[in-house]
Amino acid sequence: MGMTITEKILAAHAQDGNGSSRRKEVHAGDFLQVRVDLAMGNDVTAPIAIRTLEAEGLNKVWDRRRIALVLSHFLPAKDIQSAAQAGIVRKFARLQKIVNYFDETNGGVEHALLPELGLVVPGDVVIGADSHSCTYGALGIFSTGVGSTDLAAIMATGEWWCKVPESMKFVYHGRLNKWVTGKDLVLYTIGQIGVDGALYRAMEFTGEVIRSLSVEARLTMSNMAIEAGGKSGIIEADGKTEAYVKSRTKRPYKIYKSDPDASYVETVEWDVTHMEPQIARPSLPSNTVGVSQVAGTKVDQVFLGSCTNGRIEDLRVAAAILKGRQVAPGVRLIVIPATHNIYRQAMKEGLLKIFSEARAAVSTATCGPCLGGHMGVLAEGEVCLSTSNRNFPGRMGHKDAPVYLANPAVAAATAVAGCITHPDDVVKKSGRKK
Amino acid sequence: MKTNFRGKAHKFGDDVDTDFIVPARYLVTTDPVELGKHCMEGQDPQFVGRVRAGDIMVAGKNFGCGSSREHAPWSIQGAGLSCVVAKSFARIFFRNSINIGLPILESPEASEKIQDGDDVEVDLTTGVIKNHTRGETYSSRPFPEFMRRIVESGGLMKYVRKKLALPGK
Repeated sequence: MGMTITEKILAAHAQDGNGSSRRKEVHAGDFLQVRVDLAMGNDVTAPIAIRTLEAEGLNKVWDRRRIALVLSHFLPAKDIQSAAQAGIVRKFARLQKIVNYFDETNGGVEHALLPELGLVVPGDVVIGADSHSCTYGALGIFSTGVGSTDLAAIMATGEWWCKVPESMKFVYHGRLNKWVTGKDLVLYTIGQIGVDGALYRAMEFTGEVIRSLSVEARLTMSNMAIEAGGKSGIIEADGKTEAYVKSRTKRPYKIYKSDPDASYVETVEWDVTHMEPQIARPSLPSNTVGVSQVAGTKVDQVFLGSCTNGRIEDLRVAAAILKGRQVAPGVRLIVIPATHNIYRQAMKEGLLKIFSEARAAVSTATCGPCLGGHMGVLAEGEVCLSTSNRNFPGRMGHKDAPVYLANPAVAAATAVAGCITHPDDVVKKSGRKK
Repeated sequence: MKTNFRGKAHKFGDDVDTDFIVPARYLVTTDPVELGKHCMEGQDPQFVGRVRAGDIMVAGKNFGCGSSREHAPWSIQGAGLSCVVAKSFARIFFRNSINIGLPILESPEASEKIQDGDDVEVDLTTGVIKNHTRGETYSSRPFPEFMRRIVESGGLMKYVRKKLALPGK
């Protein structure tokens, strides 16, 4: 029987109990111990993992080169407690000589950072203590999110237990309209299947539309697999993936592809040719409609950033709309490049100047407002349109602060118009200031 | 490990996410007791005041969806709840609960029929859930053997110690 890409990667990493051999074949439902290529923790999840390791008297990590510790959520420290939490991670990283330790001067949001630095490559198994660790799947990687105790166990042993997931195949046909990108495809997908539509499953994104997407747009799609309940969101590596990875690392990688006779629990095919930009309305990522159905909805704040849409391409598309225009009076636009390197690149390209002149607030890299942490928390009744990944009640602040999710172009257009707006309506209808 | 719990049911709906269980503003602590004080505060700030030690949380489908924060099951435990019964659990929450030793049971029937305030008893060894208020009995889905081994070891870290052949603690 054929295997899916997910089954092949897990088989290649399966341990037989003696710690060495790989398995020729595994299938959905099998329980495995798998060897982990990279484990990741952040300033929210790593402190508990570190406390757990210390409580168990496990004072040496399995491999200091295969653990990434990324301070991201409350950085720079928002209060005394978050400073203390970051301190726990800093001290541990120093003590254990963790090679891939990132702080506020060299890091960023982990899911933008690890692919950017070439720390994750096709064929890897990457386990991160953050739910959006499914992001790396876009590079043909098996990756998923776990909690702190799982991270502690991996940091001690380099192994992770899992049940091989059933796979669900999503095939996207057609050609995308202008302004429609990976974010819209994944919002549409979640809207069709629901927030538990892929519960425990590996989502496999494929079809000519996926192949036409940039690597960054693919990262956006895999990032949100968790919002459909998915264990992972994987895309087979192709020439674009190889070019992306080779420009970042010399580490060898391996490309896996699903067999033609691999088994899928479900296959869904869509023609997305006529799709317009998608919006997830409050307060579920699956509450999705085309932008025209909510156009005109007034907003108080727009957030452009996060591990979903804080990459350089996202900033470029928003800047192209904001150039020579200004954020509507009474609306706050917050722009957060997802990593320090993206920030510097945006500075080099003049994007930060465009944002600043458009009257946006630009911050150094942090998860910040996406999880209602800091840098733009919402009060009761405030409405936000965000390029991030979740809009559950209370996600970005007060439980009665509704959040709409959208792509970066819609975010920029909405900031200019002051209400949810199709990018064409700003670009074609309102002129730029000289 | 205690395997029998009896208490009042506290009922919640579908897709209860981790921002609801413990809002991000409390992720600056790792102390279960402190986290317990804010359990379900995202939606219902009075909730913790109504919980008595041993009470049982009952929810709909996809309980614990959203972030990977282990603070969510810790806060449920910290608030004094003994276990969670739901129609289904989101995957990371499910793993986290197994790993830290918060008992969870998947039972669509119990999830539907138990009402807020019912007197409920749960037997973890048999997976049987008794509703004393309504005189009903429900069954729950047994865990696969692999997971039972982790639970029986006393959580993931104890299981890891065994695997690494370290002396028990």
